[in-house]
Amino acid sequence: MTFSERKESSKEKNLQSNSCKDCSRRDFLKLFPLLAGTALCMHAQQSEASEPTKTKARIVIAGAGAAGLAAAAQLAKRLDGAEIVLCDARKEHYYQPGFTLVAAGLKPPGYTVSATADYIPPGVKWIPESIVEFDPAGNRVVTDKGQIVRYDFLIVATGLKLDFAGITGMDPALIGKNGLGCVYAGPDAAYATWKAISDFADKGGVGLFGRPKTEMKCAGAPIKHTFITDDHLRRRGNRGKAEIIYAAHNKTLFSIPIVSEKVRMLYEDRGVDIRHEHVLTAIDPARRRATFATPTGNAEIGYDFINVIPPMRAPDVVRKSPLAWRDGPFAADGWMEVDKGTLRHKRFANVFGVGDVAGVPKGKTAASVKWQVPVAVDHLVATIAGTTPELIYTGYTSCPLITRLGRAMLVEFDYKDNLVPSFPGVIAPLEELWITWVMKTIALKPTYIAMLRGKA
Amino acid sequence: MKALDPMVFYAVLVEMMGPWLFWSLILLTAFGLGTFAWVIFREKGLSSRRLVRCELIGVAGGFGALWLMAYVTVSGFTDAGGPVDWLLIGLIWGGGLVGTTILSYASFGLRDRFRWQKRIRTDEKTWPGG
Ligand SMILES: Cc1cc2nc3c(=O)[nH]c(=O)nc-3n(C[C@H](O)[C@H](O)[C@H](O)COP(=O)(O)OP(=O)(O)OC[C@H]3O[C@@H](n4cnc5c(N)ncnc54)[C@H](O)[C@@H]3O)c2cc1C
Repeated sequence: MTFSERKESSKEKNLQSNSCKDCSRRDFLKLFPLLAGTALCMHAQQSEASEPTKTKARIVIAGAGAAGLAAAAQLAKRLDGAEIVLCDARKEHYYQPGFTLVAAGLKPPGYTVSATADYIPPGVKWIPESIVEFDPAGNRVVTDKGQIVRYDFLIVATGLKLDFAGITGMDPALIGKNGLGCVYAGPDAAYATWKAISDFADKGGVGLFGRPKTEMKCAGAPIKHTFITDDHLRRRGNRGKAEIIYAAHNKTLFSIPIVSEKVRMLYEDRGVDIRHEHVLTAIDPARRRATFATPTGNAEIGYDFINVIPPMRAPDVVRKSPLAWRDGPFAADGWMEVDKGTLRHKRFANVFGVGDVAGVPKGKTAASVKWQVPVAVDHLVATIAGTTPELIYTGYTSCPLITRLGRAMLVEFDYKDNLVPSFPGVIAPLEELWITWVMKTIALKPTYIAMLRGKA
Repeated sequence: MKALDPMVFYAVLVEMMGPWLFWSLILLTAFGLGTFAWVIFREKGLSSRRLVRCELIGVAGGFGALWLMAYVTVSGFTDAGGPVDWLLIGLIWGGGLVGTTILSYASFGLRDRFRWQKRIRTDEKTWPGG
């Protein structure tokens, strides 16, 4: 290896114990520029005021989703002369937080779709091919067309895999039919889910919601859809005709205890029947029956509408590569073995993992991407420049948890399960507010797009 | 490393509105403020009759701003859930009110000025020997 990564990585380990002021949650203010006067102009943590670092390094970014594009934009700004290559076969870019609004009947599917090409920064090369092999020992990746791409640094941002096969009987082609919904499966699936929800809101019956046992992106989304469906039923005067069941995979409703308790109270208020320790294992779409694994054996529940959220795992190509965790809680699903503060791979110092694929606690949201990418980029650039990296990721993530149409709670938290409100005393984290809904509907997408362009 | 960066604010607003709408609004604001100042300067003060008329239009503008916000956020004001929501509603209404008042004051001021100049020109033409 031509770079002094290894030397740097030991420096980083020392740094990691220091909490990083620059990663302060208050920087998140800038996510909502409409709302916070001058605070909204808080700039990101990138140390980009300085001159771009001159280098001839070859950097490969695997995946051109939220994290990959944001990383490409920031690297293009901070490096001069680097060869930056993005690999991703997908030509469309999905603004996934918008799937929730599509499946709520508020936005058309097109609201979430744009072209990847629109966000490729000048000077960055895009190879529209999937990576089928990571060879971190050989510093190279292989694409599905057989192309071998060598690198000095690798950023893995492949997102995650929705493992539909993990639920017996589940077929994504059936989404929208027979009361089968799945908000996660893409823009069209989200829209088909809305049709199924709307049909359910007209007729009533049993609505079945829940979440998988695995790590998942936006852990608030299953809860949001329970509330949204409840609200649609009420608005149509049919709540009395419906029973809503939420199947929680464990004894809580959310990984942050204080949020879990708040959701429990709201569920009680809305008449949602909670079934703890129910993990969806199979569905029979024709008979509309779902099977759950419970501590006392299998339980079958009949439904008129179900929002299936499949188990989520690292994409197979990562899972089966040397990049995956080999032991511990993230090993089974093959999440990438990265340091949770620096996002640098624990065994391959020239490799970073950002976004959903990273094997770190919590943080599978676009808001996490917003704070992870500058950290990984800072460490990568510091390695090239031979300087000391400044940033550490504290686990910050956020979720505008919709509790009814028109209101949401702005839940922000970190690795330590602390609530870290960006607007303490103004926007209470556990309060159902219109202002949070306003953020979700009009401020989040432009901020996300600005992030892809490296401008936020 | 935290620093105030208006460019972030700018980037997000441009993404939100698109460059055409964003720059049209900036131009409209500049036009409104500039003309308002010019009218006050030329008339050597505020015309209280015109101001009252424009404030009434401004009240409607405030409600217009609220309607627009409800439209783009697919929600309504019955959704307000806490004090900060009422504050936001007040700010939106106030913004609409002030903006519409200034714009209409500037527009009426311009119109009155043109009428006045036209009358002078007509008077000059009809002046004996003119
Ligand atoms: C319904 C829903 C609601 C959500 N709500 C919110 C929210 O309210 N707030 C929030 O912050 N976040 C939310 N999220 C989460 C957020 O969208 C994701 O966390 C974020 O998109 C993760 O970014 P990423 O780059 O890691 O993955 P992605 O954006 O999924 O991108 C991964 C990219 O990698 C590519 N890829 C995959 N495999 C390969 C390969 N082998 N080779 C090359 N490329 C590959 C894919 O084609 C894709 O383009 C939500 C997500 C969903 C589904």
